[in-house]
Amino acid sequence: MNNRNVYMTDELQAIYDQTVGFVAKEVTPFGDAWEQDGKVPRSVLQKMGELGMFSLRVPEEHGGLGMGMLASATFSEALGASTYAGFDVTVLVHTDMSSPHLVNGGTDAQLAQWLPGVLDGTTVVSIGVSEPDAGSDVAGVRTKAVKDGDGWRINGTKTFITNAVYGDLTIVLARTSDEKYGLSTFLVPADTEGFSVAKKLDKHGWRCSDTAELVLDDVWVSDDQLLGTIHRGFYETMRNFQNERMVLVGMGVGSAQAAIDLTNKYCQERAAFGGHLFDLGAIRQRMAMNQAKIDAVRASMYHAAWLSDSGQDNVKEMSGVKAWGCEAINQVMYDCLQFHGGMGYMRESTIERMYRDARILPIGGGATEVMLEEVAKRSY
Amino acid sequence: MKVAVCVKQIPDPALPGELDPSTNTLKRTDKPILDESDSYGVELALQLVEAAGGGTVTLVSMAPNSEVAGLRTALAMGADGAILVSDEALAGTDALGTAKVLAAAIKRAEPDLVLAGVESSDGYTGTVPEQIAAAMGIASVTFAKKIEVVDGGLKIQRQTDNGYDDVTCPMPALVSVTGGVVEPRYPSFKGIMAAKKKPVDEVGIADLGIDASEVGQGGARQETVAVVDAEARESGEIVVDEGEAFERIVQYLTELKVI
Repeated sequence: MNNRNVYMTDELQAIYDQTVGFVAKEVTPFGDAWEQDGKVPRSVLQKMGELGMFSLRVPEEHGGLGMGMLASATFSEALGASTYAGFDVTVLVHTDMSSPHLVNGGTDAQLAQWLPGVLDGTTVVSIGVSEPDAGSDVAGVRTKAVKDGDGWRINGTKTFITNAVYGDLTIVLARTSDEKYGLSTFLVPADTEGFSVAKKLDKHGWRCSDTAELVLDDVWVSDDQLLGTIHRGFYETMRNFQNERMVLVGMGVGSAQAAIDLTNKYCQERAAFGGHLFDLGAIRQRMAMNQAKIDAVRASMYHAAWLSDSGQDNVKEMSGVKAWGCEAINQVMYDCLQFHGGMGYMRESTIERMYRDARILPIGGGATEVMLEEVAKRSY
Repeated sequence: MKVAVCVKQIPDPALPGELDPSTNTLKRTDKPILDESDSYGVELALQLVEAAGGGTVTLVSMAPNSEVAGLRTALAMGADGAILVSDEALAGTDALGTAKVLAAAIKRAEPDLVLAGVESSDGYTGTVPEQIAAAMGIASVTFAKKIEVVDGGLKIQRQTDNGYDDVTCPMPALVSVTGGVVEPRYPSFKGIMAAKKKPVDEVGIADLGIDASEVGQGGARQETVAVVDAEARESGEIVVDEGEAFERIVQYLTELKVI
């Protein structure tokens, strides 16, 4: 694995090395069984919690390390070395896509109630934004919350919600006014009456990540469960989008690097035409181009993270690297599978799984087409 | 309880190593890592201090260019501080010279117990721990698989070919730890961040009262006279199984005294 970049400090390098070492020992050997089960065992998440692996973005006053996006970039890339993207996304939805909303908008009481469990892995969090008719178009959310006594009555359906089948807490985005952006977020524990998993979704990849279709049927939550400011949920949700986009790129970069490494090794060992596959210019040059692509995606991602950490707007840069970076990662996976030949098409091969897992990256967390509009809006 | 742990920072075995043809020694240009064989000593030291209800774990290392990358890993595991000996005059120091330097550095920590790996993963001389003990004039026990503090002394299970011996010895003592006997803990992320702030006392040979003539290539009593490539491995014996191949396998394993 090679993650050299100009933003890497000794501490970030140590976090990277530690995470790569952890997944090599605690994740990769067991990943096939988790893929079969369709879930990541809570025990491994709690082990990560004990080691502080969920604490990077939590402020120091709440028991975290208070680090920035460069830390998330490093962590997500290191997770990608596991080669099990379903595991990577299980962790990153918890640490970088869901719990940041709690950290950003939570009251002292909400933080005191939920953060200890988030940090130690006993409370796994999901983010309930997407609906059958609202994915990248967040303002299209139809789930509705109506004031009812000392709380809110919520009705609606959420879909593609990672970590919600076996998770403990969902941050639900619901419409609280008729204004286009009149949305609010609510903390909804999994055992709330009326809150249920309608279906565990069967996916093309990310097989060990659990993904739910959720139904909120007359779910009542108290005013204390309103997260952030009433009617400001759209903007509060958007606030974390750059981070969400980045960690998807990060895990993809780590995964693509692992795919390149294992494909180079395979081609160097695979005897063909009186030599080895890697002796063929068509293959070695293509793999060199793949390495160059991933190096470029990595550099762009860390740069966009650095922009944020240094207080600069990074929507254009992060949207750009989410768009072309995830496309590039898929191109790399295509070649890596191709150069494994027939073996690459077999379910038993690692690259077959990695190829499937990568396909979601240009879709989830903001589709390529949406990302390109974000870039275009800021380019002319 | 005060425990000192000898920690070597070695070139990453995952990277291709290269010898300097002028000295026949390993080139040490990349950032070093903690020798895995020393991580067991660090873990045992942390466990002993925890069992004692308090104390300190001090790392002691000798490395060129003020390198601390490997030390930081052990500090992140929970060690309290480190003494690093780094001096240009040490280039080319042999095993005995290294032991003298480390012994002088260890004395600064005034430990009750010194732990070391059995041998390093890059040099493999396997002699330094006992030479340190001799230089310090303290007892030495080798190949420990378990260490307990009992009645102010040490009770040690010393690994042998047939099992283990129970050994007792007074403190202070130096004990070399067999690899794999404990599961070294993962450094926590908080530990990684805290490691940056832990004290590393960097000293030169003058600070240790050692004369330059005693160390380095000039002071070395051992010399690498030549380096040759290892012989290529020959292909193994191929047994065609016609229903009785197991007999050849049994015979082979019997010859090896495996069964």
